[in-house]
Amino acid sequence: MTYIYYPGCSLEGSAKEYDHATRAFLDIMEVERVELDDWTCCGATAADAQSRLLSLALPARNLALAEKAAPGCDILVPCSACYLNLKKVAHKSAAEPETLREINAVLAAEGMVYHGNSSVRHLLDVLVRDLGADRLAPKITRQLHGLAIAPYYGCQCLRPFAVFDDPEAPVSMDALITACGANVFQWSMGPKCCGASHMNTKMEVGLTLAGAILKAAEGADAIVTVCPMCQMNLEAFQKKISRRQGSPVDITIMYLPQLLGLATGLSQKAVGLDLNLAVTQEFRSKLEQNPASKAVTVESACERATG
Amino acid sequence: MQETITVSGAEPSPALRRVKEWIQPCIQCGTCSGSCPNEFAMDLTPRRLWRMVLMGQENDIFKSRTFTLCSSCYYCTLRCPRGLPLTEAMAALKQASAGRGLRTHRQSNLFYGSFMQSVRRHGRVREMEFMALYFMGLGNPLLPLRFAPLGLKLMVKGKVSLQVPSRGSGKLDALFNKVKEMETPAAGSNPNGE
Repeated sequence: MTYIYYPGCSLEGSAKEYDHATRAFLDIMEVERVELDDWTCCGATAADAQSRLLSLALPARNLALAEKAAPGCDILVPCSACYLNLKKVAHKSAAEPETLREINAVLAAEGMVYHGNSSVRHLLDVLVRDLGADRLAPKITRQLHGLAIAPYYGCQCLRPFAVFDDPEAPVSMDALITACGANVFQWSMGPKCCGASHMNTKMEVGLTLAGAILKAAEGADAIVTVCPMCQMNLEAFQKKISRRQGSPVDITIMYLPQLLGLATGLSQKAVGLDLNLAVTQEFRSKLEQNPASKAVTVESACERATG
Repeated sequence: MQETITVSGAEPSPALRRVKEWIQPCIQCGTCSGSCPNEFAMDLTPRRLWRMVLMGQENDIFKSRTFTLCSSCYYCTLRCPRGLPLTEAMAALKQASAGRGLRTHRQSNLFYGSFMQSVRRHGRVREMEFMALYFMGLGNPLLPLRFAPLGLKLMVKGKVSLQVPSRGSGKLDALFNKVKEMETPAAGSNPNGE
Protein backbone atom coordinates (compact mmCIF):
# COMPACT_ATOMS: atom_id res chain seq x y z
CA MET A 1 0.00 0.00 0.00
CA THR A 2 1.32 3.42 -0.94
CA TYR A 3 0.58 6.49 1.16
CA ILE A 4 0.71 10.16 0.33
CA TYR A 5 3.05 11.65 2.93
CA TYR A 6 2.19 15.09 4.34
CA PRO A 7 5.02 16.13 6.69
CA GLY A 8 3.75 19.59 7.70
CA CYS A 9 5.81 22.66 8.57
CA SER A 10 7.16 21.59 11.99
CA LEU A 11 8.77 18.50 10.49
CA GLU A 12 10.91 20.76 8.32
CA GLY A 13 12.05 22.80 11.34
CA SER A 14 11.84 22.21 15.06
CA ALA A 15 10.62 18.62 14.58
CA LYS A 16 13.16 17.51 11.94
CA GLU A 17 13.97 14.38 13.90
CA TYR A 18 10.32 13.29 13.76
CA ASP A 19 10.53 13.40 9.97
CA HIS A 20 13.90 11.59 9.85
CA ALA A 21 12.79 8.87 12.22
CA THR A 22 9.42 8.38 10.54
CA ARG A 23 10.97 7.98 7.08
CA ALA A 24 13.76 5.72 8.31
CA PHE A 25 11.42 3.49 10.31
CA LEU A 26 8.86 3.23 7.50
CA ASP A 27 11.71 2.18 5.18
CA ILE A 28 12.56 -0.65 7.54
CA MET A 29 8.91 -1.69 7.61
CA GLU A 30 8.87 -1.44 3.80
CA VAL A 31 6.02 1.03 3.80
CA GLU A 32 5.93 2.91 0.52
CA ARG A 33 4.95 6.53 0.42
CA VAL A 34 5.26 9.58 -1.81
CA GLU A 35 5.60 13.08 -0.39
CA LEU A 36 2.78 15.37 -1.47
CA ASP A 37 4.18 17.73 -4.07
CA ASP A 38 3.82 21.48 -3.37
CA TRP A 39 2.13 20.95 0.03
CA THR A 40 1.45 24.04 2.15
CA CYS A 41 0.61 24.79 5.80
CA CYS A 42 -2.57 23.20 7.22
CA GLY A 43 -3.37 26.37 9.18
CA ALA A 44 -2.18 24.93 12.51
CA THR A 45 -4.17 26.39 15.42
CA ALA A 46 -3.66 29.88 13.99
CA ALA A 47 -6.10 29.83 11.06
CA ASP A 48 -8.89 28.51 13.27
CA ALA A 49 -8.37 31.42 15.65
CA GLN A 50 -8.45 33.99 12.85
CA SER A 51 -10.89 33.04 10.14
CA ARG A 52 -13.29 30.16 9.62
CA LEU A 53 -12.91 30.23 5.85
CA LEU A 54 -9.10 30.24 6.04
CA SER A 55 -9.21 27.28 8.43
CA LEU A 56 -11.19 25.40 5.77
CA ALA A 57 -9.27 26.57 2.70
CA LEU A 58 -5.70 25.92 3.89
CA PRO A 59 -6.22 22.20 4.60
CA ALA A 60 -8.46 21.86 1.54
CA ARG A 61 -5.68 23.08 -0.76
CA ASN A 62 -3.59 20.10 0.32
CA LEU A 63 -6.48 17.66 0.14
CA ALA A 64 -7.20 18.85 -3.42
CA LEU A 65 -3.54 18.34 -4.40
CA ALA A 66 -3.53 14.82 -2.92
CA GLU A 67 -6.87 13.89 -4.48
CA LYS A 68 -5.54 14.89 -7.90
CA ALA A 69 -2.05 13.37 -7.53
CA ALA A 70 -3.11 10.00 -6.14
CA PRO A 71 -6.85 9.40 -6.00
CA GLY A 72 -7.84 6.79 -3.43
CA CYS A 73 -4.52 6.89 -1.57
CA ASP A 74 -4.52 7.44 2.20
CA ILE A 75 -2.83 10.64 3.35
CA LEU A 76 -0.30 9.82 6.07
CA VAL A 77 0.24 12.61 8.61
CA PRO A 78 2.69 12.44 11.56
CA CYS A 79 1.69 15.77 13.20
CA SER A 80 -1.51 15.59 15.25
CA ALA A 81 -2.51 19.20 14.56
CA CYS A 82 -2.05 18.79 10.79
CA TYR A 83 -3.89 15.47 10.98
CA LEU A 84 -6.91 16.95 12.69
CA ASN A 85 -7.05 20.02 10.42
CA LEU A 86 -6.94 17.90 7.27
CA LYS A 87 -9.35 15.32 8.65
CA LYS A 88 -11.87 17.92 9.87
CA VAL A 89 -12.05 19.50 6.42
CA ALA A 90 -12.27 16.13 4.67
CA HIS A 91 -15.09 15.18 7.04
CA LYS A 92 -16.99 18.45 6.63
CA SER A 93 -16.58 18.43 2.85
CA ALA A 94 -18.10 14.97 2.61
CA ALA A 95 -20.95 15.77 5.01
CA GLU A 96 -21.83 19.38 4.15
CA PRO A 97 -22.26 20.25 0.44
CA GLU A 98 -22.59 23.94 1.32
CA THR A 99 -19.17 23.95 3.04
CA LEU A 100 -17.61 22.17 0.07
CA ARG A 101 -19.08 24.83 -2.20
CA GLU A 102 -17.53 27.60 -0.07
CA ILE A 103 -14.17 25.82 -0.07
CA ASN A 104 -14.19 25.51 -3.83
CA ALA A 105 -15.04 29.19 -4.22
CA VAL A 106 -11.74 29.93 -2.44
CA LEU A 107 -9.72 27.21 -4.16
CA ALA A 108 -10.79 28.59 -7.55
CA ALA A 109 -8.38 31.46 -6.84
CA GLU A 110 -5.60 28.86 -6.85
CA GLY A 111 -7.05 27.13 -9.93
CA MET A 112 -7.96 24.07 -7.88
CA VAL A 113 -11.03 21.92 -7.23
CA TYR A 114 -11.71 19.61 -4.30
CA HIS A 115 -14.27 16.84 -4.58
CA GLY A 116 -14.33 15.74 -0.95
CA ASN A 117 -12.83 12.26 -1.42
CA SER A 118 -9.98 11.92 1.06
CA SER A 119 -8.88 9.46 3.65
CA VAL A 120 -6.64 11.17 6.22
CA ARG A 121 -4.65 8.92 8.56
CA HIS A 122 -2.49 9.74 11.57
CA LEU A 123 0.92 8.04 11.65
CA LEU A 124 -0.04 6.24 14.88
CA ASP A 125 -3.20 4.91 13.22
CA VAL A 126 -1.11 3.47 10.37
CA LEU A 127 1.47 2.01 12.77
CA VAL A 128 -1.23 0.39 14.88
CA ARG A 129 -3.84 -0.77 12.36
CA ASP A 130 -1.96 -1.21 9.07
CA LEU A 131 1.29 -2.54 10.53
CA GLY A 132 0.66 -3.61 14.11
CA ALA A 133 2.83 -5.35 16.68
CA ASP A 134 2.68 -8.62 14.70
CA ARG A 135 4.52 -7.15 11.73
CA LEU A 136 6.85 -5.17 13.97
CA ALA A 137 8.00 -8.11 16.14
CA PRO A 138 10.05 -9.95 13.46
CA LYS A 139 11.91 -6.71 12.63
CA ILE A 140 13.11 -6.10 16.20
CA THR A 141 16.89 -6.50 16.37
CA ARG A 142 17.54 -4.61 19.62
CA GLN A 143 15.40 -5.56 22.60
CA LEU A 144 14.91 -2.46 24.74
CA HIS A 145 14.97 -4.42 27.99
CA GLY A 146 14.96 -2.47 31.22
CA LEU A 147 13.37 0.66 29.78
CA ALA A 148 10.04 1.91 31.14
CA ILE A 149 8.29 3.92 28.42
CA ALA A 150 5.35 6.25 29.12
CA PRO A 151 3.04 6.47 26.09
CA TYR A 152 1.79 10.01 25.55
CA TYR A 153 -0.92 10.58 22.93
CA GLY A 154 -1.99 14.17 23.50
CA CYS A 155 -5.34 15.40 22.23
CA GLN A 156 -5.80 15.78 18.55
CA CYS A 157 -4.95 12.29 17.29
CA LEU A 158 -7.63 10.96 19.68
CA ARG A 159 -10.34 13.64 19.75
CA PRO A 160 -12.87 14.52 18.48
CA PHE A 161 -12.56 11.66 15.97
CA ALA A 162 -12.25 8.34 17.80
CA VAL A 163 -10.71 6.43 14.90
CA PHE A 164 -8.20 3.92 16.21
CA ASP A 165 -8.25 4.15 20.00
CA ASP A 166 -10.29 5.02 23.08
CA PRO A 167 -10.14 8.84 23.29
CA GLU A 168 -10.44 8.73 27.11
CA ALA A 169 -8.13 5.81 27.90
CA PRO A 170 -5.91 5.06 24.90
CA VAL A 171 -3.83 1.86 24.79
CA SER A 172 -2.79 1.53 21.15
CA MET A 173 0.91 2.26 21.79
CA ASP A 174 1.18 -0.44 24.48
CA ALA A 175 1.55 -3.36 22.07
CA LEU A 176 4.20 -1.53 20.01
CA ILE A 177 6.24 -0.65 23.11
CA THR A 178 5.98 -4.20 24.42
CA ALA A 179 7.04 -5.59 21.03
CA CYS A 180 10.28 -3.56 21.42
CA GLY A 181 11.05 -5.43 24.65
CA ALA A 182 10.41 -2.34 26.77
CA ASN A 183 7.93 -1.99 29.63
CA VAL A 184 4.86 0.21 29.41
CA PHE A 185 4.90 2.77 32.22
CA GLN A 186 1.43 2.78 33.77
CA TRP A 187 -0.11 6.23 34.09
CA SER A 188 -3.28 8.10 33.27
CA MET A 189 -1.77 11.17 31.56
CA GLY A 190 -1.60 9.68 28.05
CA PRO A 191 -4.61 11.55 26.59
CA LYS A 192 -4.24 14.81 28.60
CA CYS A 193 -3.53 18.25 27.11
CA CYS A 194 0.12 19.45 26.96
CA GLY A 195 -0.87 23.13 26.95
CA ALA A 196 -0.61 23.49 23.17
CA SER A 197 0.17 27.05 22.02
CA HIS A 198 -0.41 28.48 25.51
CA MET A 199 3.32 28.01 25.99
CA ASN A 200 3.75 31.03 23.68
CA THR A 201 0.86 33.26 24.69
CA LYS A 202 0.00 32.22 28.27
CA MET A 203 3.14 30.54 29.49
CA GLU A 204 2.04 30.05 33.10
CA VAL A 205 -0.95 27.98 31.96
CA GLY A 206 1.21 25.98 29.55
CA LEU A 207 3.79 25.27 32.24
CA THR A 208 1.08 24.05 34.63
CA LEU A 209 -0.30 21.54 32.12
CA ALA A 210 3.07 20.28 30.86
CA GLY A 211 4.37 20.19 34.45
CA ALA A 212 1.58 17.88 35.60
CA ILE A 213 2.39 15.43 32.80
CA LEU A 214 6.13 15.46 33.51
CA LYS A 215 5.56 14.99 37.24
CA ALA A 216 3.32 12.00 36.65
CA ALA A 217 6.03 10.38 34.51
CA GLU A 218 8.43 10.19 37.46
CA GLY A 219 9.93 6.72 37.40
CA ALA A 220 9.68 6.29 33.63
CA ASP A 221 12.82 6.30 31.45
CA ALA A 222 11.17 8.18 28.61
CA ILE A 223 7.91 9.65 27.38
CA VAL A 224 7.10 8.90 23.74
CA THR A 225 5.04 11.37 21.72
CA VAL A 226 3.31 11.50 18.34
CA CYS A 227 3.01 15.28 17.85
CA PRO A 228 5.63 18.05 17.44
CA MET A 229 3.80 20.47 19.73
CA CYS A 230 3.44 17.93 22.56
CA GLN A 231 7.09 16.99 22.10
CA MET A 232 8.27 20.62 22.31
CA ASN A 233 6.13 21.45 25.34
CA LEU A 234 7.39 18.42 27.25
CA GLU A 235 11.08 18.63 26.27
CA ALA A 236 11.92 22.34 26.09
CA PHE A 237 10.74 23.70 29.43
CA GLN A 238 11.92 21.09 31.94
CA LYS A 239 14.31 23.48 33.73
CA LYS A 240 11.61 26.16 34.10
CA ILE A 241 9.14 23.54 35.32
CA SER A 242 11.70 22.15 37.82
CA ARG A 243 12.17 25.62 39.32
CA ARG A 244 8.43 26.18 39.42
CA GLN A 245 7.59 22.85 41.02
CA GLY A 246 10.56 22.91 43.37
CA SER A 247 11.60 19.40 42.36
CA PRO A 248 13.92 18.36 39.52
CA VAL A 249 12.37 17.21 36.25
CA ASP A 250 14.80 15.43 33.96
CA ILE A 251 13.31 12.89 31.60
CA THR A 252 13.88 11.79 28.01
CA ILE A 253 11.19 12.89 25.56
CA MET A 254 11.22 11.24 22.15
CA TYR A 255 8.99 10.53 19.19
CA LEU A 256 7.44 7.06 18.91
CA PRO A 257 9.13 6.26 15.56
CA GLN A 258 12.49 7.12 17.18
CA LEU A 259 11.88 4.43 19.79
CA LEU A 260 10.64 1.93 17.20
CA GLY A 261 13.59 2.81 14.96
CA LEU A 262 16.09 2.13 17.75
CA ALA A 263 14.42 -1.22 18.43
CA THR A 264 14.61 -2.18 14.76
CA GLY A 265 18.35 -1.56 14.73
CA LEU A 266 18.66 2.06 13.62
CA SER A 267 21.46 4.04 15.24
CA GLN A 268 20.81 6.99 17.55
CA LYS A 269 22.06 9.24 14.77
CA ALA A 270 19.77 7.68 12.17
CA VAL A 271 16.66 8.41 14.26
CA GLY A 272 17.96 11.94 14.95
CA LEU A 273 18.28 11.47 18.70
CA ASP A 274 21.01 14.14 18.81
CA LEU A 275 18.37 16.68 17.71
CA ASN A 276 16.09 16.05 20.70
CA LEU A 277 16.22 18.63 23.48
CA ALA A 278 15.80 16.21 26.38
CA VAL A 279 17.69 12.90 26.31
CA THR A 280 19.24 11.88 29.62
CA GLN A 281 22.62 10.22 30.02
CA GLU A 282 20.90 7.47 31.98
CA PHE A 283 18.65 6.73 29.03
CA ARG A 284 21.61 6.54 26.65
CA SER A 285 23.47 4.15 28.96
CA LYS A 286 20.46 1.87 29.27
CA LEU A 287 20.16 1.93 25.48
CA GLU A 288 23.79 0.98 25.06
CA GLN A 289 23.29 -2.01 27.36
CA ASN A 290 21.07 -3.44 24.62
CA PRO A 291 23.25 -3.64 21.49
CA ALA A 292 21.58 -4.19 18.16
CA SER A 293 22.19 -7.56 16.58
CA LYS A 294 22.06 -6.41 12.96
CA ALA A 295 22.78 -2.71 13.20
CA VAL A 296 25.24 -2.44 10.31
CA THR A 297 23.03 -3.66 7.49
CA VAL A 298 20.08 -1.63 8.69
CA GLU A 299 22.23 1.46 9.08
CA SER A 300 23.00 1.58 5.37
CA ALA A 301 19.30 1.39 4.53
CA CYS A 302 18.48 4.32 6.75
CA GLU A 303 21.38 6.49 5.63
CA ARG A 304 19.82 6.30 2.19
CA ALA A 305 16.49 7.31 3.68
CA THR A 306 17.69 10.30 5.63
CA GLY A 307 20.50 11.03 3.16
CA MET B 1 -32.70 42.23 36.48
CA GLN B 2 -30.41 44.49 34.57
CA GLU B 3 -29.13 41.60 32.43
CA THR B 4 -32.59 40.83 31.10
CA ILE B 5 -32.92 44.35 29.80
CA THR B 6 -29.66 44.04 27.84
CA VAL B 7 -30.88 40.78 26.29
CA SER B 8 -34.15 42.09 24.98
CA GLY B 9 -32.47 45.24 23.66
CA ALA B 10 -29.47 43.83 21.77
CA GLU B 11 -29.40 42.06 18.42
CA PRO B 12 -26.53 39.55 18.40
CA SER B 13 -23.81 39.98 15.79
CA PRO B 14 -23.75 37.38 12.97
CA ALA B 15 -20.81 35.58 14.60
CA LEU B 16 -22.58 35.29 17.92
CA ARG B 17 -25.83 34.29 16.25
CA ARG B 18 -24.08 31.31 14.71
CA VAL B 19 -22.62 30.21 18.07
CA LYS B 20 -25.98 30.74 19.74
CA GLU B 21 -27.63 28.39 17.25
CA TRP B 22 -25.09 25.68 18.03
CA ILE B 23 -25.39 26.13 21.80
CA GLN B 24 -29.19 26.32 21.93
CA PRO B 25 -29.69 22.73 23.21
CA CYS B 26 -27.26 23.30 26.14
CA ILE B 27 -28.72 21.99 29.41
CA GLN B 28 -26.13 23.73 31.64
CA CYS B 29 -24.92 20.44 33.11
CA GLY B 30 -21.33 21.70 33.45
CA THR B 31 -19.63 18.66 31.92
CA CYS B 32 -17.64 21.08 29.74
CA SER B 33 -16.32 22.99 32.75
CA GLY B 34 -15.47 19.79 34.59
CA SER B 35 -13.60 18.43 31.55
CA CYS B 36 -11.66 21.55 30.61
CA PRO B 37 -7.92 21.39 31.45
CA ASN B 38 -7.67 25.21 31.33
CA GLU B 39 -10.73 25.99 33.44
CA PHE B 40 -8.50 26.86 36.43
CA ALA B 41 -7.14 29.88 34.54
CA MET B 42 -10.44 31.14 33.10
CA ASP B 43 -12.38 34.13 34.43
CA LEU B 44 -15.66 32.48 33.35
CA THR B 45 -16.17 28.73 33.30
CA PRO B 46 -17.18 27.33 29.90
CA ARG B 47 -20.67 26.53 31.25
CA ARG B 48 -21.16 30.17 32.28
CA LEU B 49 -19.84 31.38 28.95
CA TRP B 50 -22.40 29.26 27.07
CA ARG B 51 -25.18 30.62 29.28
CA MET B 52 -24.06 34.14 28.45
CA VAL B 53 -24.10 33.30 24.75
CA LEU B 54 -27.70 32.16 25.11
CA MET B 55 -28.51 35.35 27.02
CA GLY B 56 -26.85 37.45 24.33
CA GLN B 57 -24.44 39.21 26.71
CA GLU B 58 -22.06 40.02 23.92
CA ASN B 59 -19.96 42.72 25.59
CA ASP B 60 -19.21 40.59 28.64
CA ILE B 61 -18.36 37.60 26.46
CA PHE B 62 -15.72 39.51 24.52
CA LYS B 63 -14.33 41.08 27.68
CA SER B 64 -13.63 37.59 28.99
CA ARG B 65 -10.38 35.68 28.33
CA THR B 66 -12.14 32.33 28.57
CA PHE B 67 -12.30 31.46 24.87
CA THR B 68 -8.66 32.47 24.31
CA LEU B 69 -7.76 29.86 26.93
CA CYS B 70 -9.29 27.03 24.91
CA SER B 71 -6.37 24.82 23.78
CA SER B 72 -8.56 22.73 21.43
CA CYS B 73 -8.18 19.48 23.40
CA TYR B 74 -11.75 18.48 22.43
CA TYR B 75 -12.59 16.93 25.84
CA CYS B 76 -15.76 19.01 26.13
CA THR B 77 -16.82 18.18 22.57
CA LEU B 78 -16.24 14.49 23.23
CA ARG B 79 -18.13 14.45 26.52
CA CYS B 80 -20.99 16.92 26.00
CA PRO B 81 -24.16 14.86 26.61
CA ARG B 82 -25.97 16.99 24.01
CA GLY B 83 -23.24 16.40 21.42
CA LEU B 84 -22.64 20.12 20.88
CA PRO B 85 -19.61 21.36 18.87
CA LEU B 86 -18.15 23.26 21.83
CA THR B 87 -14.52 23.44 20.68
CA GLU B 88 -15.72 24.78 17.34
CA ALA B 89 -17.85 27.32 19.18
CA MET B 90 -14.77 28.48 21.14
CA ALA B 91 -12.94 28.87 17.81
CA ALA B 92 -15.84 30.91 16.41
CA LEU B 93 -15.53 33.28 19.38
CA LYS B 94 -11.75 33.55 18.79
CA GLN B 95 -12.46 34.41 15.14
CA ALA B 96 -15.08 36.99 16.08
CA SER B 97 -12.72 38.65 18.55
CA ALA B 98 -9.80 38.69 16.06
CA GLY B 99 -11.60 41.37 14.06
CA ARG B 100 -12.40 43.51 17.08
CA GLY B 101 -8.85 44.45 18.09
CA LEU B 102 -9.57 44.17 21.81
CA ARG B 103 -6.70 44.82 24.22
CA THR B 104 -7.46 41.73 26.31
CA HIS B 105 -6.80 39.46 23.34
CA ARG B 106 -4.02 41.44 21.69
CA GLN B 107 -1.25 38.95 22.44
CA SER B 108 -3.14 35.91 21.12
CA ASN B 109 -4.26 37.75 18.00
CA LEU B 110 -0.76 38.98 17.28
CA PHE B 111 0.65 35.49 17.75
CA TYR B 112 -1.81 33.89 15.33
CA GLY B 113 -1.62 36.83 12.94
CA SER B 114 2.19 36.60 12.74
CA PHE B 115 1.93 32.88 12.05
CA MET B 116 -0.50 33.46 9.19
CA GLN B 117 1.66 36.21 7.72
CA SER B 118 4.56 33.78 7.37
CA VAL B 119 2.28 31.14 5.84
CA ARG B 120 0.90 33.62 3.36
CA ARG B 121 4.39 34.55 2.18
CA HIS B 122 5.94 31.12 1.87
CA GLY B 123 3.08 28.64 1.89
CA ARG B 124 4.72 27.03 4.90
CA VAL B 125 5.41 28.66 8.24
CA ARG B 126 9.02 29.60 8.89
CA GLU B 127 9.23 29.29 12.64
CA MET B 128 11.90 31.94 13.27
CA GLU B 129 10.32 34.47 10.91
CA PHE B 130 6.98 34.00 12.59
CA MET B 131 8.46 34.43 16.08
CA ALA B 132 10.37 37.53 14.90
CA LEU B 133 7.13 39.06 13.60
CA TYR B 134 5.39 38.20 16.87
CA PHE B 135 8.09 39.80 19.04
CA MET B 136 8.31 42.87 16.79
CA GLY B 137 4.56 43.31 17.04
CA LEU B 138 4.48 42.95 20.82
CA GLY B 139 6.96 45.78 21.21
CA ASN B 140 8.03 44.30 24.55
CA PRO B 141 11.83 44.00 24.55
CA LEU B 142 11.87 41.70 27.58
CA LEU B 143 9.46 39.05 26.38
CA PRO B 144 11.76 37.54 23.69
CA LEU B 145 14.29 36.84 26.44
CA ARG B 146 11.98 34.16 27.82
CA PHE B 147 12.33 32.31 24.52
CA ALA B 148 15.96 33.18 23.70
CA PRO B 149 17.50 30.05 25.34
CA LEU B 150 15.13 27.80 23.39
CA GLY B 151 15.74 29.66 20.12
CA LEU B 152 19.49 29.33 20.59
CA LYS B 153 19.22 25.61 21.35
CA LEU B 154 17.20 25.05 18.18
CA MET B 155 19.69 27.06 16.11
CA VAL B 156 22.68 25.19 17.50
CA LYS B 157 21.00 21.93 16.50
CA GLY B 158 20.40 23.31 13.02
CA LYS B 159 16.63 22.99 13.29
CA VAL B 160 15.86 26.64 12.65
CA SER B 161 17.84 29.61 11.35
CA LEU B 162 17.59 33.34 11.95
CA GLN B 163 15.29 34.98 9.47
CA VAL B 164 14.60 38.56 8.61
CA PRO B 165 10.90 38.76 7.69
CA SER B 166 10.72 38.95 3.91
CA ARG B 167 8.64 41.37 1.86
CA GLY B 168 7.06 41.35 -1.56
CA SER B 169 4.38 39.07 -2.98
CA GLY B 170 3.48 35.85 -1.22
CA LYS B 171 2.88 32.31 -2.43
CA LEU B 172 -0.66 32.15 -1.06
CA ASP B 173 -1.72 35.76 -1.79
CA ALA B 174 -4.51 34.66 -4.15
CA LEU B 175 -6.03 32.29 -1.58
CA PHE B 176 -5.78 34.79 1.28
CA ASN B 177 -7.23 37.60 -0.84
CA LYS B 178 -10.16 35.43 -1.91
CA VAL B 179 -10.90 34.51 1.73
CA LYS B 180 -10.84 38.18 2.68
CA GLU B 181 -13.14 39.08 -0.20
CA MET B 182 -15.64 36.38 0.75
CA GLU B 183 -15.57 37.32 4.45
CA THR B 184 -16.15 41.02 3.85
CA PRO B 185 -19.90 41.60 3.75
CA ALA B 186 -20.92 43.26 0.48
CA ALA B 187 -22.48 46.72 0.85
CA GLY B 188 -26.26 46.64 0.91
CA SER B 189 -26.47 42.87 1.34
CA ASN B 190 -29.24 41.31 3.38
CA PRO B 191 -27.95 40.97 6.96
CA ASN B 192 -29.89 37.74 7.40
CA GLY B 193 -28.65 36.15 4.23
CA GLU B 194 -25.11 35.24 5.41
